[in-house]
Amino acid sequence: MERTIYDFVFKFSKREQIFILLFTVFSLPFYYVSLDIPKLIVNNVLNEIAPELSATTETSGLDATVETIALDLAPRPFVLMGYEIIDMHRLWLLAVYSGLFLLLVLINGGFKYYINVYKGRLGERMLRRLRYQLYSRILRFPLPHFRRVSAGELIPMITQEVEPLGGFIGDALALPMYQGGLLITALIFIFMQDFWMGLASISLYPIQGWIIPKLQRRVNLLGKARVREVRKLSERIAETAHSAEEMHANGMARWELAEFSQRMGRIFEIRFDIYNKKFFIKFLNSILAQMTPFFFYAIGGYFVITGDLSLGGLVAVLAAYKDLPPPWKELLNHYQIQADAGIKYDQVVAQFATPGMREEEIVFGDGNPPRLEGNLAAVNLKYEEDGDLLIENLSAEIPLDIHVAIVGDAVSGKGHLALLLARLLDTSGGTLRFGSNDAAQLDEAATGRTIGYVGATSHLFSAPLVDNLLYGIRQKPQAPREAHDPARRQALERYLDESGKTGNSIDDPDADWVDMASLGIADREALIEAVRHALVVADMENDVYLLGLRGTLDPEARPEAARRLLEARHMLQERLGEKAYSGLVESFDRSAYNLNATVGENLLFGTPVGDAFDLERLPQNAYVMETLTRAGLVDDLLAMGHEVAQTMIELFAGLPPDHEYFAQFSFISLDDLPDYQAILRKVERDGLDKLDETDRMMLLSLPFKLSPVRHRLGLIDEAFQNRILEARSAFAENLPADLRASVEFFDVDRYNAASSLQDNILFGKLVYGRAQAQSKVGELMSQVVEALHLRSTVVEVGLDFEVGIGGARLSPAQRQKASIARAVLKRPAILILSEATASLDGAAQSNILKNVREEFRGRPLIWAMHRPSQARGFDHVLVMASGRLVDRGGYDELVEKSSLLSELIAAE
Amino acid sequence: MSLQQDVDLLRNIPLFAKIEPSKLKLLAFTAQRLSFGEGDVVCEQGDEGDSAYIIIEGEADVIVATTGGPVTVATLKKNDFLGETAILCDVPRTATVLARTDLETLMISKDLFFQLVSQFPSMSIEIMRELARRVERTTAQLREAVSHGGGPAVTPRGP
Repeated sequence: MERTIYDFVFKFSKREQIFILLFTVFSLPFYYVSLDIPKLIVNNVLNEIAPELSATTETSGLDATVETIALDLAPRPFVLMGYEIIDMHRLWLLAVYSGLFLLLVLINGGFKYYINVYKGRLGERMLRRLRYQLYSRILRFPLPHFRRVSAGELIPMITQEVEPLGGFIGDALALPMYQGGLLITALIFIFMQDFWMGLASISLYPIQGWIIPKLQRRVNLLGKARVREVRKLSERIAETAHSAEEMHANGMARWELAEFSQRMGRIFEIRFDIYNKKFFIKFLNSILAQMTPFFFYAIGGYFVITGDLSLGGLVAVLAAYKDLPPPWKELLNHYQIQADAGIKYDQVVAQFATPGMREEEIVFGDGNPPRLEGNLAAVNLKYEEDGDLLIENLSAEIPLDIHVAIVGDAVSGKGHLALLLARLLDTSGGTLRFGSNDAAQLDEAATGRTIGYVGATSHLFSAPLVDNLLYGIRQKPQAPREAHDPARRQALERYLDESGKTGNSIDDPDADWVDMASLGIADREALIEAVRHALVVADMENDVYLLGLRGTLDPEARPEAARRLLEARHMLQERLGEKAYSGLVESFDRSAYNLNATVGENLLFGTPVGDAFDLERLPQNAYVMETLTRAGLVDDLLAMGHEVAQTMIELFAGLPPDHEYFAQFSFISLDDLPDYQAILRKVERDGLDKLDETDRMMLLSLPFKLSPVRHRLGLIDEAFQNRILEARSAFAENLPADLRASVEFFDVDRYNAASSLQDNILFGKLVYGRAQAQSKVGELMSQVVEALHLRSTVVEVGLDFEVGIGGARLSPAQRQKASIARAVLKRPAILILSEATASLDGAAQSNILKNVREEFRGRPLIWAMHRPSQARGFDHVLVMASGRLVDRGGYDELVEKSSLLSELIAAE
Repeated sequence: MSLQQDVDLLRNIPLFAKIEPSKLKLLAFTAQRLSFGEGDVVCEQGDEGDSAYIIIEGEADVIVATTGGPVTVATLKKNDFLGETAILCDVPRTATVLARTDLETLMISKDLFFQLVSQFPSMSIEIMRELARRVERTTAQLREAVSHGGGPAVTPRGP
C-alpha cells in the first residue's frame, strides 16, 4: 500500500485535487468583488460628496445647498474593479450595486455548495477505496496470521479509525493552498505599508513554527499510543464475549474487572496527558497572537510620532493584520488534522502489511480449474511457522485416483500437510505439483473449485442453510441479475459505475453465482437433488428433514407442494384411526372444543400471523374483547381468572422466590405475584365487579392459557366449552377486513401458511400425558411423508433454515456435517479432509467415512485421520512423526511389519 | 381427572400421607399425568432416570435382564411407587418396567422429588422405612436362595 497518506491521496485523486485547487482560485475573484461592493456602495452611492464628479454641476451655492439637502440624484459613475464603466442615476446605481451584491452572494454560495459536495464526494470515494484495499488485504492474510490478530482489532481499524481520513482527503491540498494564499496576500500588503511593521507581524512565526510542531509531535505520539490502547480495549471486549463460558466457569469476573479497569486507567493517563499538552499549545498560540499587536502599537506608534509612518498607514496595517489570524489558525489547525490523519493512516496500514501475504493474482485470480492427471507430487516440501519447522523435507508421490490416509499424533504435522496440500498454507520450501500443474501457480478461483477441504472445525455463514451448502460453487458470477425494470437496471449500472471509480469490485453480488454447469446440472430441481445427495453422504439428511418439518412453506409460491402436504394431512388423519395410534392426537375440529389446546387457542382456532392475535396477549386485542363481550363470556372468564389466581397463589406463594417452578409451572410470574395478591384482597373486600380496568385485564389474561387436560383445575366444563365454540364462530364470522390477515384459521382442506409443515400434517394437538406420543406420531408422520414421496419437499424447506451467526442455531455436529456436505456437493477433483469427523459421535464418524469413500470411489481422497485405525481399507497410508514422513504403504502391510502405525493404533 | 382427585389419590399413598395439603396440591399440579398403553415401556433398564412414577390405575411388570434372559421379578399395582432408585442414587434404571395393562401414572420429576424429600422429613423417614423393608425382604430371599442353592435369585421390588 502507499507509504503515506499523501502518496495515497496523490496516487488516486491527483486530477480531482488539482480541479479543487483551480476551482477555488477561480472562485476567489468573485469573493473579492463581493467584499468590495459594500465599500463601493458606501463610498460611491451613499456618500454625500460624489466622488470625482466628472461634470461638476454649476449651480449657485444656495441652490446647491438646497438641492443637497433635498436630494442629490444626479448621475454618478458606476465603478467596478477600479474601472469606471458608465454614469448612472444615483438610485439606479444603488439598485445595480445591491443587485450585483445579491447576485455575487448567490454565486459565492453556489460555488461553496458545489465545492463542498465535490470535496465530500471525493473524500467518501477515497475512504471507500481505502476500506476496500484494507479489506482485500485481510483476504490476503496468510492463515496463521489470524491467530495473531483478532477481529476486535481489525474491525475498528476499517470502520471507525479511518473514518476521519475521508474529510481530510477532500481538504488535503486545497485548504493549505487557499489559506496560505490568503495569508501571503495579507502579509505582502503589510510589508508594502512598512517593512518593519511587516517584520514585526511575522516576528513570532518562527517561534510558533518551531515550538508548536515540537509539542504537537509529542501529542501525536500520545495519540498513537491512545489508538493502540483503545484497539487493545476493543480486542479485550471481544475476547470477553468469546470466553464468557471460561470466565464464568472459573469465577473470574473480579479479575476481569480489575484487568479492564487497568486498561481504562492507561487510556485515562494518556488522554489526560494529551489534554495538558493540547491546551498548552492553544494557550501558547493565543499569547503569541496577542504579542504582535503589542509590537504594532509600540513600534508603529513610535514611527507615527517620528513621522516615518502615516496614521492612515498604521490603521491600514492594523486592519490587514486582522485578516492574518484566521488563515494562520486554519493552517495550524490543518497541520494538526494532517498530523492526526497521517498517524492514523500509518498505523492502520502498518497493521495490514503482514509478511507472507498472498499475491493479489493468487487470491483474486480468475483461473479455470486445472485438469488433474497423473500424480500429486511433493518434493522436499517444507513448512515453517514462527521459526518452527513443522514439515521437514517431505517428498511423496501419490497417484491422483486413490484414497490416502495420513496418520500420526497431534504434533506429527499431518494437519499442516493437509493444509499445504489444500493450498491453504504456502510452502516455505520445496514444490508441490498436481499432475502437470505447479500448485504455487494456481490461483484460488482454480484451487477453490478443484480442491475440497474440510478441517476439524468449520464455519457457517449467517444465511439459509442452502446458501452455506452452495458456498463452494459460487466462485464467479454466472448470469447477470434479472432486472427487467429499467429503473432498477439503471440503479445497478450506477452502482457498478461508482464501484469502478473507486477501484472496488464490479461484480454484482445479487447476480446468480451458483455454477450449476460445473455439477453437470441444468435446473433447480436437479440442484436440490444434488444437495440432498450431499447431505446423505454427510449423514445430515435426517437433520435437515427435521428442520424442514419445523419450517414453513408459502402455498402461493409452491401450490403443488402445499397440495401434497394436505394429502399427507388426510392420510395421517386416516392412519391415526388405527388402534396403535388411537388417542395420541386430538385433531382440530371447528365444531368441537380441543381439550389439549388452551382457551385462547380454542377461541382463535387458527395460527396468529403477526402480533395482533399473539396468544400471550389475546385479551389486549379490542376485537377479541368485543367478541367475548357479545358472547357474554367476560364475566365467566373474569371469575375463572380469579379462581386461577387464587389457586396459583395458594400453590406458589410459599415457595422461595428464586424457585424454578415459577418459570416452569406458574401462570403468574414472580414479579406479578404481589399484584395478584393485592387484587385478590380487593376482590375479597369489594367483589369482582368493582375492579378497575388494569386489574380486570390482569385477571382476564389468566384463563386464556388454561388447558383442561394439562392443568386439571376443573374450571372448564362442557357448558363453558360450548360457549367458547359459539364465540369461536362469531369471532371468525365478524372478523373485520383489516384483521383478516392476522390469523390463519384451521381448515382441514386448506394449507395453513403460518404453521409449520409438521403442524400442517398433524392438524391437531398431541394428547397431553400420553407416553411416547411424540415419538410414535413422529414415526407415523415420517411413514406418511415417505409414502407420498414428500421427503425431498420437506428437506427443501429445511434447506431454507437460517443457521444463525456462525451457524449457532445448528448443533456443533450439524455444523461439521454441513461443511462436509458443502465439500462433497461441489464435486471437487480432489477432496482433502483433516480430522473432519473428530467432533462427531462414533456412529456418525463411521457412516461418513463409509459414505465419503463410496462417493469418491476412483477419485483422489486424502484424509488426515483423527484415529489411525480409521485408515483401514485405504489404498495407501502415510505415517508421519515430528513433521517427517516416516513410513508409507498399504494398511495391512504396515500393521504387519509392526511399524509406527501399529504403535499408534495400540495407543488409540 | 381433576387436580383435587390427584390430591386425594396422593394422600392415600403412605409416602405422602404426612405432607400438608397445600404442598400436596403443588405436587399434584407440577406432577404430570402420564398414561401408557398395554405393552408400552415405562422405563428401560440402563437408561438415565430423571423421574419416578406412582401408579394410579393398572398394573406393570418389573423385568430384569439376567444372563439367562429377562426375568419378571415383580408386578406393581395401584398406589405403588416405581423408578425412585434411579433418581435417589443417580444410577441408570435398574430394571425395565412394562405396562401389563393400560396404565395411568403420575410422573414426578427428580427435582420435585428431592425438593419434597428435603422439605418434609416425614417423607424421608417414609422412604427410609420402605427401603429398609426392601433390604430386609431381599436378605430374606437371599438367605432362602442360598439354602436352596439356586433358583431365581433376588427379587427386588422396584427398579
